[in-house]
Amino acid sequence: MKHEIIIAGFGGQGVLSMGKILAYAALFEDKEVTWMPSYGPEQRGGTANVTVIISDERISSPILSQYDTAVILNQPSLDKFEQTLKPGGILIYDPYGISNPPKRKDIRIFRINAMDTVAEMDNVKAYNMLVLGGMLEANPVVENENIVKALRKTLPARHHNLIPLNEAALQKGHEVIEEVKAE
Amino acid sequence: MNMEEEKKQEILLMKGNEAVAHAAIRCGCDGYFGYPITPQSEILETLTVEKPWETTGMVVVQAESEVASINMVYGGGSTGKRVMTSSSSPGVALMQEGITYMAGAEVPGLIVNVQRGGPGLGTIQPSQSDYFQSTRGGGNGDYNVIVLAPASVQEMADFVDLSFELAFRYRTPVIMLSDGVIGQMMEKLVLPPFKPRRTDEEVRQQCPWAITGKKGRKNNIITSLELDPHIMEDHNVHLQKKYAEIRAKEVRYEEYMTEDADILIVAFGSASRLAQKAIELCRQEGMRVGMLRPITLWPFPTEAIRKTSTRVKAILSLEINAGQMVEDIRLAVEGRCPVHHYGRMGGIVPTPEEIVEQIKSIK
Repeated sequence: MKHEIIIAGFGGQGVLSMGKILAYAALFEDKEVTWMPSYGPEQRGGTANVTVIISDERISSPILSQYDTAVILNQPSLDKFEQTLKPGGILIYDPYGISNPPKRKDIRIFRINAMDTVAEMDNVKAYNMLVLGGMLEANPVVENENIVKALRKTLPARHHNLIPLNEAALQKGHEVIEEVKAE
Repeated sequence: MNMEEEKKQEILLMKGNEAVAHAAIRCGCDGYFGYPITPQSEILETLTVEKPWETTGMVVVQAESEVASINMVYGGGSTGKRVMTSSSSPGVALMQEGITYMAGAEVPGLIVNVQRGGPGLGTIQPSQSDYFQSTRGGGNGDYNVIVLAPASVQEMADFVDLSFELAFRYRTPVIMLSDGVIGQMMEKLVLPPFKPRRTDEEVRQQCPWAITGKKGRKNNIITSLELDPHIMEDHNVHLQKKYAEIRAKEVRYEEYMTEDADILIVAFGSASRLAQKAIELCRQEGMRVGMLRPITLWPFPTEAIRKTSTRVKAILSLEINAGQMVEDIRLAVEGRCPVHHYGRMGGIVPTPEEIVEQIKSIK
């Protein structure tokens, strides 16, 4: 079992921490894991992305050019990463701000109205957890309960009061994601 | 809690840079002196968060520059203390004067270089273009320093103590040559066990050459200056003898699927991780490709590469630079088989698929 995942969006959307929580959850399941961020100047207002690899075996390269799963949160990232999915791969995207939706027919496409949903829930800060919940619905690479454990591990103690809000967003993500056909 | 569970708990997830900081605190490091620069700033940041001065007594100083940092290491090392600095390529360029002084004066110390693209200020993205700077001695004079190339977060942690052991065994600066990939990525690791800092008495016993207060003995003088050329030549002969001993005893490397290989990739650090992925892809297509990973870049695994060169069809030196280590490989191979190079520059990291294409073009 090996999952090669790219998560990409704007800096500030919680892309890197979403990857980190996913990586920690995999750690709790005794998997091998690597987390490789883009750390360039593009993080300041531009695009940010992180590659997370979860595997039963020792991981070779932490840097990839083809992925099993892509979580896409803005148009520039969709333009860049739609083509990098392996045939049969899973693309998850938030349509907020997307003018050219994904087109490939040889992959599975999931849409999650994450930005709108967190606004309705008045829970904007848990945006990335909602997306992560959606991703786990489309591709259950780790158990939900380990995501919550990972949140406890990665959030500083003074923010642990926010864990219920994040859990709620995670759950909602599972509910609102839907598989769609390429347009 | 049983032993099994206890062992499990110690498995952590952290960045290579963070691992260096935690390992330093745990291996009895006495002092860290550094100046922030991407992509290695987490080393100083982590030390500042961990506050080792409150626990082990380890000193952490954000110096005013890289030049100041390396001279603090020179000073600390002169007193027999286990001291270190870290920086990235342009910062390590600034340190070269201090490193050659330490080599000349035979002062131990650790310099961690988390490389980024150059030349000049270059870029903040990963690179391996300081291979020459590290293995040739980036400063003046006939000297070498031991260069260790970690390829994982685990090795970022493990090589800190190893570097100090080697630095004091041979009274030489040691460079850990990492890069932005290994420094910035998070991986699983087990931190090394705690080892206390040496007491002043232990330093006096183990480092009779160090400046420890001259009560009851003659002066210890730490200098790289000698105006009498005959004495200076004798000193050089002594240094070269030491380097010959290091070459004989301290070569480290790892082989991966070399037994049946037609094509041998030689790659170190992050490039070796990319190479491994490329080998997985090649093997799926039935191509017999293996890898030799130098762990010490100086001393270089010349003998091992020479031996392998007699049974492979070609060697590919995979480096994230314009072709530096390839020269050492060619010196080892002495024409026994073709030696190719592939690399990207300026902060661009080659993809595994790109490497596979290169391997196919050799066949």
